[in-house]
Amino acid sequence: MEIWGLPARDILKYISSGEISAIEVLESFLGAISEIDTEINAFIEVLEPMARMDASRVDAQLREGNSPGPLAGLPVAIKDNICVKGAGCTCGSKILENWISPYDAATAKRLREQGAVIIGKTNMDEFAMGSSTETSAFGVTRNPWDLERVPGGSSGGSAAAVAAGMAPLALGTDTGGSIRQPASFTGICGLKPTYGLVSRFGATAYASSLDTVGSMAETVWDCALLLEAIAGHDPLDSTSAAGEPVAYTKGLQGDVAGLRVGVPKELLEGVSAPVKQLFHNTLGTMEHMGMTVEEMSIPSIAHAVEAYYVVAAAEASSNLSRFDGVRFGRRAAVDTLDEMYTRSRGEGLGKEVIKRIILGTFVLDAGNIDRYYRRAAQVRTLIKREFEKTFERFQVIVSPASPDVAFKIGEKIHDPLTMYLSDLITIPVNMAGLCALSMPMGFVDCEGSSLPCGLQIIGKPFDEQTVLRVGHYLEQEIGLGIRKEVCAMRRKLTPVRECELVD
Amino acid sequence: MTNQYEMMIGLEVHVELATATKMFCRCSSRFGDPPNTNICPVCLGMPGALPQANMEAVKLATRAAIALNCKINASSRFDRKNYFYPDLPKGYQVTQYYEPIATDGYILIDNPRKKIRINRVHIEEDAGKSIHAGDEIITAEYSLVDCNRAGVPLIEIVSEPDMSSPEEARQYLERLQRLLKFARVSDVKMEEGSMRVDCNISVRRKGSQEFGTVCEMKNLSSFRAVVRALAYEFERQVQVLAQGGKIVRETKHWDETEQVTKALRTKESSDDYRYFPDPDLPKLELSREFIEQVRRQMPKLPDEIVSYYVDELGLPEYDAQVLTADPLLAEFFDACVSLGADPKTASNWIMVELLGYMKANNIPYENIPLRPEYLVSMLELISEGVISGKIAKDVLVIMIETGQDPRTIVKERGLEQISDDESIARIVDEVIAEHSSVVEEIKAGKAKAIGFLVGQVMKRTKGKANPAKVSTILKDKLLS
Repeated sequence: MEIWGLPARDILKYISSGEISAIEVLESFLGAISEIDTEINAFIEVLEPMARMDASRVDAQLREGNSPGPLAGLPVAIKDNICVKGAGCTCGSKILENWISPYDAATAKRLREQGAVIIGKTNMDEFAMGSSTETSAFGVTRNPWDLERVPGGSSGGSAAAVAAGMAPLALGTDTGGSIRQPASFTGICGLKPTYGLVSRFGATAYASSLDTVGSMAETVWDCALLLEAIAGHDPLDSTSAAGEPVAYTKGLQGDVAGLRVGVPKELLEGVSAPVKQLFHNTLGTMEHMGMTVEEMSIPSIAHAVEAYYVVAAAEASSNLSRFDGVRFGRRAAVDTLDEMYTRSRGEGLGKEVIKRIILGTFVLDAGNIDRYYRRAAQVRTLIKREFEKTFERFQVIVSPASPDVAFKIGEKIHDPLTMYLSDLITIPVNMAGLCALSMPMGFVDCEGSSLPCGLQIIGKPFDEQTVLRVGHYLEQEIGLGIRKEVCAMRRKLTPVRECELVD
Repeated sequence: MTNQYEMMIGLEVHVELATATKMFCRCSSRFGDPPNTNICPVCLGMPGALPQANMEAVKLATRAAIALNCKINASSRFDRKNYFYPDLPKGYQVTQYYEPIATDGYILIDNPRKKIRINRVHIEEDAGKSIHAGDEIITAEYSLVDCNRAGVPLIEIVSEPDMSSPEEARQYLERLQRLLKFARVSDVKMEEGSMRVDCNISVRRKGSQEFGTVCEMKNLSSFRAVVRALAYEFERQVQVLAQGGKIVRETKHWDETEQVTKALRTKESSDDYRYFPDPDLPKLELSREFIEQVRRQMPKLPDEIVSYYVDELGLPEYDAQVLTADPLLAEFFDACVSLGADPKTASNWIMVELLGYMKANNIPYENIPLRPEYLVSMLELISEGVISGKIAKDVLVIMIETGQDPRTIVKERGLEQISDDESIARIVDEVIAEHSSVVEEIKAGKAKAIGFLVGQVMKRTKGKANPAKVSTILKDKLLS
């Protein structure tokens, strides 16, 4: 039986019924990686020996009749800014090229404790700064749907790995859209949880007040499963919220009819015509399912991007100060202290990162902080308040997950403003501390390629359950068609292998 | 010339809090361990590591704030102070810049009686320690960093510029140190760096309404250094001003060997640390219950103990002040009193003999070399007439040096006082026989000379004779 490329839910069934062992599952995925990833470059590091040990341990537990946990034997790819003890953690940067983490991130630890097998670390924009995975120091990741195109970013490696079937589950991080936009570009599901739901401990900070760790998978159910595994209070992260664990997979059943769905017109600005068309079709499906859809307005969204780049850059400039060549990471061979700082950082950090550090340093400067950082913080409060008010009337808010489908490698990297503006759709969610799911809603034909396109479903803080439920219902309506396209894509990618169609 | 000028002194004092673990991780905060043994991803600033505030440190900071008569802020916040230095692991120090835990306190000094206002008390983390191979960083061949101290909790206590002489600064520091010691906030040791003092001084012509330019002085390793550095800097600035010069705003370093201040760096504009709220830490919210609990658990502070000693135990103010120089000394005295010693007698013995011995042998308060029960039983031996006060002084030293209890010492060494009349009378007779000329003088009316004969009897008995009895017997024999 061909295992790689199957959704997590199916693999779990096979493992728990004893039809297949965790190590066989792992080998199947490792085989796929060695075959496909030379073209995709989704992984920075494949953790073969470590993963084999994890899988063998799961098998041993199963043989002894013990439960290895809800993720028993499921391979999980982890974005390379999340620490795994004994593995590298480059954050896509040369400055951390040879650093090995001496500790596990809270999420990595939880995954292991629940029987998951950490299969590898995935490529990303350097320090999560980018929307295409092109700023990685370890080469661009290619979109499995069209190898000339980007997978989005910054969690592009995780997205491409799941899309190509090299891992059923992946962790990403989302500071301004870094889970949702690549999910949209690669035709998978990605959930950005509410700030505080998932521990950030061990996830390298880009912008601490906006960073979240979330789940990426082929289906909504799989996404819910992975979220269930990583969510929950963690005393090691002081911004982690108190709260009882939620069984998201169980809560996927339940009614969606009668839900009020808001469509902010600000999130449709700049959306391409074919994506808009798909979006309107999806709204039709939602109405058909009994939800009421209403166009409305959240005016402060218009300022979200500017405020975001001020806040995120400010925090980043401080967060990245620790990469100084003193205790770990790359250190330039020089004679003086000042040179050690400037050369280690200058050579170790990429252009985009340096640009944002300079920007952040500028906006925090004593002479500028009032005009920039403090005003941005005020805008943020305003956005938050407007969303709060909106959620008094609506249960969920929807929009496309990206204004357009995946663009070509090199197409936008020299046009930062367009790149920044394309995050307009996802950024308000981080600024307001909300949760949002990106899930495939269809395909757009583009220069001979059929390219996926995502829907964003935004929920109230800590209301992941409603967001996932709506996504799950929609997926049942449109999922089969998407799965067919996925199989066709994978057959093109690896003609010798079969792609199973499971419903 | 100096009497035409006046100085304004403000002090910034850093104090390490006496917690078992660091401010934002649970590494040990012990002093003196081998380099880089109390470290973890958090205090090394590794990628992904996050801070977790130490509530014990918050409690001690609150206690310090109460002891310093501050207003406690129910809501305070942690900020990042951004700068690069090899012993600053994260590239920023977590401190409380915008909203400190406490503000508006004061300390009273005695001479002159004066209130020194405290602007603020805030919590922050310490940096690591750089060790340069060579004299200074510029010429060092290499430098090493020890991160054991990185993340140790500190409070910074910032005074207003209310002190107008080095002597007032010294008093303020002594008061502060004593308060924090009694509040069990810190061991406040200048020599181990658990108390560090930076001075700000400005000088102006008397009567002037304008403030002088502030210079900051660092590397002051003792109160004496503070006093000398301030005196030196005052002289220096007066010289400059008197010659029509201008004071440059700068940070100065006190050179202990040369006894001069040297410029470290000029501060033409103040450094920009790009302070902003630390997004990794929520606001520090202190409930009324928490603050009340800290208040209730506050150990007794010196003022309260002094008035107890004076009002309840009848000690002179001077004694009470000496005994409250340190909490362990006060505890020692309290133990003696609760074991039944007469307070004034115990105080005399502690102040004169015990502290004299400790001072002569450089013994700190935390190693008081005597058990209170032994001192008390020695006092009993005196009041029972078993030993004389003079012999007791020797007994005290023997107790300290051997660790033996006084009764054993007196017994084994035969130090009991001679009190029986017959033995004393025999020796008195011998002395009278030997000093006939003195006897004549006494009989002629010079009664004072009896003291000489008492001394001779004591000498002959190696101090063991009961001096009161000796005196009575002598008087009986010579004057009646």
